Amino acid sequence: MPIVLIAEQVLNGLQFGIMLFLMAAGLTLIFGVMGLINLAHGSLYMVGAFAAAAVAGWTGSFFLALLAALIAAACAGAIVEIVVIRRLYDRDHLDQVLATFALILIFSEGTRWIFGSFPLFLDIPDYLAGPVTLPGGIQYPLYRITLIAAGLLVASGLGLMIAKTRIGIQIRAGENDREMIAALGVDISKLYTLVFALGAALAGLAGALVGTIQSVEVGMGEPVLILAFVVIVIGGIGSIKGALIGSILVGLTDTLGGVFLPQFFQLFMEPASATSIGSSLASMAIYILMSVILIWRPTGLFGSRP
Amino acid sequence: MIKETYLNTFVLSLFILIPLWAYLADEPFTITLMTRAVIFALAAVGLNLALGIGGLVSLGHAVFFGLGGYAMGVLAHHAQTFTAVAEWPFLIEGTKSMPVIWLVAVVISSLAALLIGILSLRTTGVYFIMITLAFGQMFFFFSISWSEYGGEDGLSIYVRNSFPGLNTLDPIQFYGLCFAILCVVLFMMARLFKSPFGLALNAARQTPERVETVGLNATRLKLVAFVVSGAVTGLAGALFADLNRFVSPTMFSWQLSGEIIVFVIIGGVGRLFGPVVGAGVFVALEHFLGGLSEFWHIYLGALLLAIVLFGRGGVIGILSGREKIHD
Repeated sequence: MPIVLIAEQVLNGLQFGIMLFLMAAGLTLIFGVMGLINLAHGSLYMVGAFAAAAVAGWTGSFFLALLAALIAAACAGAIVEIVVIRRLYDRDHLDQVLATFALILIFSEGTRWIFGSFPLFLDIPDYLAGPVTLPGGIQYPLYRITLIAAGLLVASGLGLMIAKTRIGIQIRAGENDREMIAALGVDISKLYTLVFALGAALAGLAGALVGTIQSVEVGMGEPVLILAFVVIVIGGIGSIKGALIGSILVGLTDTLGGVFLPQFFQLFMEPASATSIGSSLASMAIYILMSVILIWRPTGLFGSRP
Repeated sequence: MIKETYLNTFVLSLFILIPLWAYLADEPFTITLMTRAVIFALAAVGLNLALGIGGLVSLGHAVFFGLGGYAMGVLAHHAQTFTAVAEWPFLIEGTKSMPVIWLVAVVISSLAALLIGILSLRTTGVYFIMITLAFGQMFFFFSISWSEYGGEDGLSIYVRNSFPGLNTLDPIQFYGLCFAILCVVLFMMARLFKSPFGLALNAARQTPERVETVGLNATRLKLVAFVVSGAVTGLAGALFADLNRFVSPTMFSWQLSGEIIVFVIIGGVGRLFGPVVGAGVFVALEHFLGGLSEFWHIYLGALLLAIVLFGRGGVIGILSGREKIHD
């Protein structure tokens, strides 16, 4: 196995993981602060991707497309929070699951209504196209390197915001004791809307960034949403650090498993059945990872112990 | 307010009279639609035990529905191609006999429910929801990559499987068979809800600490409920595959898991007939709204949102007032 191929796949896995982190960070924040399980987070990812594709098609500017994705997803998030989600905070998880499932139906069909069933495409801008040569002679697409860098930048920005700023202190306080910070004069419902919009904006950004690699279509959000769930179950719900480590673990396992498991089985099996067993096992690898981590630690790697 | 027993009798009589009318008026499509409703109802009756009585919000019940479907698909596929399912360690042959297929479907889905339940019940609340969802995806992706049985395209079965003494290709006879199974399962559920196990399970949902204090193992109660629930949903999956004579990975899809929960909620959580009403309403909506607009899911979403936000207790709750079983 050439080292270049391995390095390339590791980078692919890293890039996938970083994009998952953008989704998982919002989910875990929303759960940590408001105690809400939000199935509609994947719809916000889709909203971001569609907004970006529409604006890119209209203006031709990738930067404006990203901006549009952030704004559209944040606005959609804020509206949904004010109209629906706000009524769900003191309901049980079943009601939250159902209401956000209903939101998925509305978002997906609404998008299909506006944009039709055919996938849209977002192009990689010229200045980010083409490969770069990394140390060690590895050729790797510049765009994917940019994704990794942008994701890490957002992750550290988010970490700094939560650790150092006033709003971050309020978010952390909200996770611990929402009555107390309300009593201390923080407008809790405004804080909730803000956290929800922030999570939505991150999801929208992820949608727009990934939309250039994949096609932009209705239903693109849900597979990512479920992977983001796996990530936060692994990392521990409410923990940003857990979300980061969980996403990278999941991204690497999924990418490397898909490439190397079929080859691994070829060492001692005939090629046809090795490929079929390897790829079936690879598609299940992250869920097996999740079960193992749960047996070891039922509340995830960085979750609070009951 | 209507008494719940009257309402249940009314619902049952609808499920008898509508197909009877359709049979006399020679409307086989209506009978097929009703069969679909009955099978969905059976799947939801299964979930209702875990969700309504046990309080386990499983967002992965499509696993059992799909396993039941694939049990039928794999056995019938081997029977129609005259090949063996397995030759080692002993010879297993395919079959076209419904009772055998049902048995296999129930056994396989209970085993899966046992495994998933043991792992998932280590957690509670929101973790449980996400984990069952993740297991659902695991089976979904496995079925897609399992090229031996059609992979993404699924498996077609040419002729509906047989049941001794019946012509299952006749829509009304197949409907009767499915409806009879639903009635038997409903009767067993009614007994189960009132049994010591059902009462203890109900208590384990409300206050697990008290159940533990009197010496019962709350987790074990929930695990048994989850297994029985999975088995019933698996049986429904086998029937659904026979109705369509087709199985595909969409039977494992998480949307289906969501829809099974929706059946339970529209009708009324924890009520014996809640899932039946819910599945009936869903199939009716699917048929009538689907005929009106291509985008009928928007209306379904809006309706569901309204039920969750304003109409607690679903259709039965609205019609017959506060329930006794569910808090």
